[in-house]
Amino acid sequence: MTTPTPRVIVPSAAAKGEFFQVKTIISHGMETGLRHDDQGNVIPRKIINKFVCRYNDSVVFSVDLHEAISANPFFEFSLLATESGRLDFVWEEDGGDVYALSHQLAVG
Amino acid sequence: MKSSTRREFGCLTGAALLTALRPRLALGQAKARVIVIGGGIGGATVAKYLAASVTTIDVTLVEPRRVYTTCFFSNLHLAGLRPLEQLTHGYEALAKQYGITVVHESAETIDPSAKTVTLNNGSKLSYDRLVVAPGIAFRGGAIEGYDEAAIEIMPHAWNAGPQTRLLRQQLESMEDGGLFVLVAPPNPFRCPPAPYERASLIASYFQRSKPKAKILILDAKDSFNAQDLFQDAWNRHYPGMIEWLPAQFTGGVTAVDTKTRSVITAGETFKAAVANVIPAQMAGRLAHQAGLANQSGWCPVDPVTFESALQPGVHLVGDAIIGGDMPKSAFCANSQAKACAFAIAADLTGSTRFPAHLFNTCYTYLAPDDAFSNAISFQPVDGKLKTVLSFVSKVEESADIRRLAARAAEGWYDAFTHDVFG
Repeated sequence: MTTPTPRVIVPSAAAKGEFFQVKTIISHGMETGLRHDDQGNVIPRKIINKFVCRYNDSVVFSVDLHEAISANPFFEFSLLATESGRLDFVWEEDGGDVYALSHQLAVG
Repeated sequence: MKSSTRREFGCLTGAALLTALRPRLALGQAKARVIVIGGGIGGATVAKYLAASVTTIDVTLVEPRRVYTTCFFSNLHLAGLRPLEQLTHGYEALAKQYGITVVHESAETIDPSAKTVTLNNGSKLSYDRLVVAPGIAFRGGAIEGYDEAAIEIMPHAWNAGPQTRLLRQQLESMEDGGLFVLVAPPNPFRCPPAPYERASLIASYFQRSKPKAKILILDAKDSFNAQDLFQDAWNRHYPGMIEWLPAQFTGGVTAVDTKTRSVITAGETFKAAVANVIPAQMAGRLAHQAGLANQSGWCPVDPVTFESALQPGVHLVGDAIIGGDMPKSAFCANSQAKACAFAIAADLTGSTRFPAHLFNTCYTYLAPDDAFSNAISFQPVDGKLKTVLSFVSKVEESADIRRLAARAAEGWYDAFTHDVFG
């Protein structure tokens, strides 16, 4: 499985009091936990089980993921521009690995 | 909303959905056989998710019909707002894309101890696991005179397809000023808001085409789902057109007379121009034949695996089960089906089983541009399915919010039916 790669599309500037759109994706094979290897052993489940977006350290969008989710989970949502600052995006994987991105937003 | 898709990220498309989950076949393993009986929302979803997730399982779907017409959105057809063809889905993608063997025969009997299913063409199929999604059947005898012949005169239209078409034709040929009588069933029944959504959308049709017509709902209950939202909408959109009479007022519907198209209650007889009789319900026929239903007429199941509490090795999903807090809705059937598919897949592959997460999302039309919605999550608690979180629309929502919900419902329909059949 290739290394998971997270990406986001977010504007770098937004007008105060307006909504801006956030799009995120992580390329991830989402191992189902239902496959066997060549020796017949079960390959443990390894999916992204949580995605969180923080805006200046406050959680503004959070999703729990379970079985039946597709590979390469894609999310699109809107946020209200309140102040300049940092957006943090975190994807949590089964087994405890974490993938993260940050983005600076100027609000004028 | 075509502007925002995975494509913007350059390398990933919708085709990555599920196909990327397809595992390789483990060498030297005999394939386990799963038979799914019933190609409605629950059955089709179990078959698809099993076949998509595990290639070491042979999945057979037994469904006599070549196409499935969704009950959800069929009230829009009754109001003349959607052709029935747009609500009709085939099984080709399940067969071709997911490798499911689709058998267009009806299952006559199940033998849970021999683990076999006998079809109406006489052939016998054997299974390792069986999933039964039998839907609903109508309880005979609850309304005197409402027999097979009466159904063609006073349609129930509670299984979508020819019955929906028949009721629509009757509504279209009804004269302005006619009385449309809707007999609403006792709990529990398929899709709790649907009789009242039906009255609402038919009222919108009458308002456009037959403004002097009236709608009378004769209910077997004294209250109903989302009653405040419906009654608020009826006053706003169709003042004076819809009358709802609870059971305590009429004493309940006891009989019908097809010759005069009359609905007879304990106290009074109502002569209808068009009558829609939705009878009391229970689990579909096969559930009773196979000993899957208890004395309630519905099927008790384990709320984690959806395995029958009465017949080991047989799972059930959808309207036929005793679902605790989960309503009998297509979305619930789909959600139960995924939990069931992954529970079976984990057992048959010797993998870890993860806790099930169950949901309902539903949109209900009050008028063509006024819809409300709910979103509810459920979890098994002490052997029962309990509500965990819920959002339900409020009476005081703005017209803009309701218009957006009516638009969102269309997107919901496309995405949801693609998840099941696409």
